[in-house]
Amino acid sequence: MSAGLHVMPGDSIDGFLVEERLHRGGMATLWRVTQAARPEQPPALMKVPSLGGTDDATAIVGFEVEQMIMPLLKGPHVPRYLVAGGFDTQPFIVMELIAGHSLRARFEQAPLPADEVAAIGVQVATALHDLHQQNVIHFDLKPSNVMFRPTGEAVLIDYGLARHDRLPDLLAEEFRLPLGTGPYISPEQVLGNRSDPRSDLFALGVLLYHLATGQRPFGAPTTVRGLRQRLYRSPVPPRRHRPDCPEWLEEVILHCLEVDPERRYGSAAQVAFDLLHPDAVVLTGRAARAASEGWRARFGRWFKANGGAPAVRGAQRQLSRAPIVMAAVDLAQEWEALADALRTAVRRVIAAEPGARLACVSVLKTHRIALDVPTDDEGRHLHVRRLVELQHWVRPLELPADRVTCHVLSNVDTAEAIVDYARTNGVDHLVIGSRGLPTMQRVLGSVSARVVAQAPCTVTVVKAAVVSAREADAAA
Amino acid sequence: MTIALLTDLHANREAVEACLAHAQQHGADRYVFMGDYVGYGADPEWVVRTVADHAARGAIALVGNHDAAVAGSLREKLNADARRVIDWTREQLSPDSRSFLAALPLRHEEGPWLFVHANGWAPQDYEYITGTMEAGRSMRATRSRITFCGHMHDPVLYHMGIQQRVEQFVPVPGSPVVLSSARRWLAVPGSAGQPRDGNPAACYATLDEFDNLLTFWRIPYDHAAAAAKIRAAGLPEALARQLEGRPSR
Repeated sequence: MSAGLHVMPGDSIDGFLVEERLHRGGMATLWRVTQAARPEQPPALMKVPSLGGTDDATAIVGFEVEQMIMPLLKGPHVPRYLVAGGFDTQPFIVMELIAGHSLRARFEQAPLPADEVAAIGVQVATALHDLHQQNVIHFDLKPSNVMFRPTGEAVLIDYGLARHDRLPDLLAEEFRLPLGTGPYISPEQVLGNRSDPRSDLFALGVLLYHLATGQRPFGAPTTVRGLRQRLYRSPVPPRRHRPDCPEWLEEVILHCLEVDPERRYGSAAQVAFDLLHPDAVVLTGRAARAASEGWRARFGRWFKANGGAPAVRGAQRQLSRAPIVMAAVDLAQEWEALADALRTAVRRVIAAEPGARLACVSVLKTHRIALDVPTDDEGRHLHVRRLVELQHWVRPLELPADRVTCHVLSNVDTAEAIVDYARTNGVDHLVIGSRGLPTMQRVLGSVSARVVAQAPCTVTVVKAAVVSAREADAAA
Repeated sequence: MTIALLTDLHANREAVEACLAHAQQHGADRYVFMGDYVGYGADPEWVVRTVADHAARGAIALVGNHDAAVAGSLREKLNADARRVIDWTREQLSPDSRSFLAALPLRHEEGPWLFVHANGWAPQDYEYITGTMEAGRSMRATRSRITFCGHMHDPVLYHMGIQQRVEQFVPVPGSPVVLSSARRWLAVPGSAGQPRDGNPAACYATLDEFDNLLTFWRIPYDHAAAAAKIRAAGLPEALARQLEGRPSR
């Protein structure tokens, strides 16, 4: 195990030529390397654990965890894994060298304007949701672990504290101290629970709080006692620091920072959804409550309810509890029966999951390209009328205001508008009605068929009772 | 190199066929059989012949307590159902098969691996690894970094890091686990021929030698047919019910 201490520029390790040291941290050193046999390949990053220090056990186990998890990760929000070397000779991991910059630099400029905070939040939440969908909880989200590609996507790095639902958790029992980074660690991590993806949403809340106010909500404690304070003490509501921070942003941030994970957002996709739709954020008076009630009471409730025991086990299970369901509603008058059938189907889909959020969408078909916002009076009138109809349609479902949103889109192409919306908003399940008119479809192609073909998620196609469809067919 | 690891086949032809077919589809080019080819099931001769054929082509085959009982020793140590089946099994086996079983080794060591039926500290006594304590005892009794054993019918993966704490992990079928070289491992693939955890699907595992990836599998097979054969052979009803995933209490 004495290997790993003496990597030098010019060394050749497993076919990689060591070029330049990029970073030296407590746990590892990062080197830029090239492939000796394939110099045409872009430079890569080699991570070498720092062994021989006082933190040996954590460094080794953290490195083992990365070696287990990184090869399984895919997609634009993680660094691409190339190869790893074992502990018998020289432990290392070689991965893609992200060309972009880290989020850390932006922190020095905080407080940032609300729209920038929201834009960063959407990127990070989208990356987190992607990671959670791959059964992985990061457990160490902080600015220095977020990179941005030149194309804008956030990339989450450093999986030394991560947990994969389907792999042994090498860290769970090994260390008695809470595992995480002081300012960002969630209350349940402080208590030693490593199974809830919503721990990452707490860290995201800390990150957004800092970006919006320039302050850390819980300081930077270094002792376990200091960490435990966040179980009882509420952060100062962001608007006390920055009166120009909008209320909706304060609401989103405090929603992420709830001490009880059950009271946080159900998923990172739901956070991104709210940040994308500030108008739809329901102000629940979290800031006022946090200030008056104190969190000792809230923690007490949580602790009494489940003894601090985890409510969920694993990223995948929590995500399945908190889907974003989209209803694409056809409000044409002659299709009332179909709208009723659609509502029944939506009721079934969301009944099973109390953490589900419903986005009701109706498309105003326009005859002009790129008419996103109706500009004339007539257009505005149509838009408002459709929105009111949509709210009327969803009312019988009796959902609390913070679980349902209504959106009217304008587009020349209904199917395209629906698919775009589903993609942008991380929709898990789309429910859509089909008019089922064979003759028309053959000519034009039905909206629902195109949505089924192109949607990035599960689609349920609803039909009205056969009788009424036939009647409609005859009528048409 | 992908190694298929099968153990506790227990004369269940349908289960073994399904596991071997699956292993072949997944590119297995080497086989390790970790004992207990007979006992409980209705096809001892077919299973022993199959293992012997693989062994003739280079597969590793170890002895289990049921095999030792049929081959002559150890009958007294088994429970009543198992003893009744052992007596029946002896009549079914050809002389060739009986001598194949009698000649099998207890353990096989190779590179970082130890393969053994029961445990690493005293394979001939057939004591069980029922938890982290025995798993630690076994890992400490061998220099091999990775131990594979059978005898216990439920799949489980034990591991021990630099702090010498032994942890237990219930594997997720089909999800590969990287066997970190900074850690010692003890893997029980679970019984191919007589799963006991209520899920009738057969257990086995594959080891991707190059990437150090261990994958546990659950393979559905025609367990109703295997159970019907047990009944037709007049073997204890409890053994048939076990294969159907509804053991009698």
